Amino acid sequence: MQKDISISVNKIDNYEKISGCAKYVNDVQIEGALYAKTFRSPIISGEIVSITVPKLPDGYFAVDYRDVPGKNGVKIIKDDMPIFAEKILRYFGEPILLIVGPQKSVVQSLINKIILETKLIEPIYDESNIAINYHYEKGNPQNAFSSANRIFEYTYQTGYQEQAYIEPQGMIGYSEGDKITLIGSIQCPYYVKNAVLLALGCSSEQVRIIQPAVGGAFGGKEEFPSLMGCQLAVAINKIHKPIRLIYEREEDIEVTTKRHPAIIRMKAAVDSDNSLVAISSDIRLDGGAYLGLSNVVLSRAMIATTGAYTIPNVDCSGIVYLTNTVPNGAFRGFGAPQIFYAVEMFLNHIAKDLGIDPLDFKMKHLAKQGDLTSTSGTFRDPILMNDLIKRALEISDYRRKSQKYKLENQLRGMGISLFFHGCGFTGSGEATIIKAQVKLHKDEQDNVDILIAAVDMGQGVRTTMSKIVAHTLGIPMDKVRFPYPDTDFVPDSGPTVASRTTMIVGGLVAKAAQKMHDRWQNGVADTVIEQYVQPDYIVWDEATFHGDAYPAYSWGVNIVDVSVDKVTNQVTLEEAWSVYDLGKAIDDLVIKGQAEGGITQGFAYGYLENMEVKNGKVRQKNMTDYIIPTALDTTKITTELIDNPHAGGPYGAKGAGELTLIGGAPAVAMAIENAIFRRVHNIPVTPESIMELIEYGNR
Amino acid sequence: MAIVKFTLNHQPVTVQSDLNRRLLDVIRNDFNLKGLKEGCGEGECGACAVLINHEIVNSCLFVLANVEGKEVITIEEFAKTKRFTVIKEAFAKMGAVQCGFCTPGMVIATESLLHKNPHPTEMEIKVALSGNLCRCTGYNMIVEAIQEAAKAGEGLW
Ligand code: FES
Ligand code: FES
Repeated sequence: MQKDISISVNKIDNYEKISGCAKYVNDVQIEGALYAKTFRSPIISGEIVSITVPKLPDGYFAVDYRDVPGKNGVKIIKDDMPIFAEKILRYFGEPILLIVGPQKSVVQSLINKIILETKLIEPIYDESNIAINYHYEKGNPQNAFSSANRIFEYTYQTGYQEQAYIEPQGMIGYSEGDKITLIGSIQCPYYVKNAVLLALGCSSEQVRIIQPAVGGAFGGKEEFPSLMGCQLAVAINKIHKPIRLIYEREEDIEVTTKRHPAIIRMKAAVDSDNSLVAISSDIRLDGGAYLGLSNVVLSRAMIATTGAYTIPNVDCSGIVYLTNTVPNGAFRGFGAPQIFYAVEMFLNHIAKDLGIDPLDFKMKHLAKQGDLTSTSGTFRDPILMNDLIKRALEISDYRRKSQKYKLENQLRGMGISLFFHGCGFTGSGEATIIKAQVKLHKDEQDNVDILIAAVDMGQGVRTTMSKIVAHTLGIPMDKVRFPYPDTDFVPDSGPTVASRTTMIVGGLVAKAAQKMHDRWQNGVADTVIEQYVQPDYIVWDEATFHGDAYPAYSWGVNIVDVSVDKVTNQVTLEEAWSVYDLGKAIDDLVIKGQAEGGITQGFAYGYLENMEVKNGKVRQKNMTDYIIPTALDTTKITTELIDNPHAGGPYGAKGAGELTLIGGAPAVAMAIENAIFRRVHNIPVTPESIMELIEYGNR
Repeated sequence: MAIVKFTLNHQPVTVQSDLNRRLLDVIRNDFNLKGLKEGCGEGECGACAVLINHEIVNSCLFVLANVEGKEVITIEEFAKTKRFTVIKEAFAKMGAVQCGFCTPGMVIATESLLHKNPHPTEMEIKVALSGNLCRCTGYNMIVEAIQEAAKAGEGLW
């Protein structure tokens, strides 16, 4: 019998990473590479009147919008963001031009000498510039509200969050004849490729994107690298020399995309037996200066507006408004951390108002197999939330500790969150937009190459994919190779985002491996290509938000025990417990890593990581100001899994990468709320806000 | 421009350069040793860590002038030791590596800790790691790896 696939193996890139041999983009040596730096808008909102670039020494170049041979727009969804600003400047730090040359110090001094004359335009920070406005309903919310026994209404706010991958953004590129190659710290090789094709207006064979080792991404390297890729490609196209564009930390924090701050208003109708009969929500995301992926972030948030619960009547609206601030974008969870934070706190607050136990209240409304989702699709797979909760309560001793802390009144509290994450692209995105393709190639020595565009940014896909192939073919892991993605050799298996890689791409890889297995002949080369086919039961109407938003869902429960310091109001995590249903783990240790890393980011989003944008400028400029957890901020974390194999995933696996972040903030916020006996509405719950809550907050 | 002499990975070296250059750039660019990484350039993340006279130092904050006469060991050299092998196995076994960008710095921090304190408590490990940021793992698996290395490498430190 074959071993259980979940049993961990040595990750295939462990040794090269531990010994420092792994090559990240800044470690790639290209002879004679020039150094590029971006000249950025020094104003928040305005118009360029004139730019005077100092006389450039020999070998130095300025590259701006006039050098863009194709469209001066970065292909994300709407190409609305220019590669280089032409006239209007919409945020502090918007790129205007690149200075390129052999010496960093000279490039920097040239940048300092650029004279920019501008005309200021009154900046917008409020909701007056609405770019996206969505709305959907389920059931008959109007009726439900008008006949409700009681109505509750509260508002929740979430802040910015910076991905803070430890490797800053960077890219290096070169040309050979009329072909341009870019090597970058990226999540989505084909996103960059397609963006560059539009910018250069050239043909597909003329652009090649290669991914080296990537030092963390968390969504931050999903769409942003498309901008850098276009700039670099335009520069190389003009100068015909290799060029290096690597950000320093301050530049990275100042100008790259962040998690959208949100304001979420929630209203609920409750009937006489304390059942939730309707929910109405209004989700408002600050998109920053350009739309980017904001509408997709919004729709993911809106779809999860009923949380892990079934509520028969739903009225959900959402907007993205644009402001003169740094554009916001993808970050692990993609709208879900904001909405789950709000829903979990809201149900907690309703239960408190009703004078009933919040967890009992939530459990009464848990979604079950066969129920209609918020968008009137169907939860097709079994939902094991009751088992997950039961186990989480057991291992944490939640009920007893909650009771005890409450009676002791010593600034100690327990918090719990229940949540899910839809795996893969929303709706029919996989079939209509992504159309993933994977390829396996076997050579005459029976070595098998996995040829996909999935990027290992630390989440271990090189190992998990290799495992799937080795396991399916029944060959040792060292006969399987997963070369770094290179668009000249791998088909477009889609971006490494949306918790889709293991389930969707891994599912295709498993299918391809099965095909190869079935016709296996020793010593004979073979190639298998597999194309994504959407299950026919998935029906989704984009315009009305109606139908099955996702093919499968992963589920989770987080519990955390916190204490608050009486004097400093500092929060300490005392211990944490999680139980997840991810279908089936392809590798237990990889999943443990996702679970611990994800929840650490999620907790920190709730109480520690604080980023403010004041008058159009990010105030936390570096890693000294923007605090992410250190080893001293962590606590003991126990993680358990309950298997619940999904037929569409390889060996039953569903998505895992984002799920583990989502429950952290509501759990920690609720624990703080219970510790201080004051209602929490906004995150992050910083020591200052705790002080204020203790002084003025509601019980 | 001035001349600075120090020992790099057991080899005496001479660098003629601007004294204010960061040791990070000197090692990465002049000696082409890319194992140490630049994560922040401001002394916060520890990705650029090297051992100087067996103490962990952030090379991004260390100027060339200060390295005169000192002994610098980078991950490339440390990777040849037995102690490294123990640390490597422990990091792999406990799942301490995700993106790997912090990892060489974490390994240097581990060596610097175990050199001083071969049997650290969990708290001592956390304190020793507090100058090294990792965004991927949440740290516990690194702490466990160091405990494992201390155990498996009994007698090596
Ligand atoms: S790069 Fe030196 S501490 Fe971060
Ligand atoms: S493993 Fe990615 S920063 Fe530590």
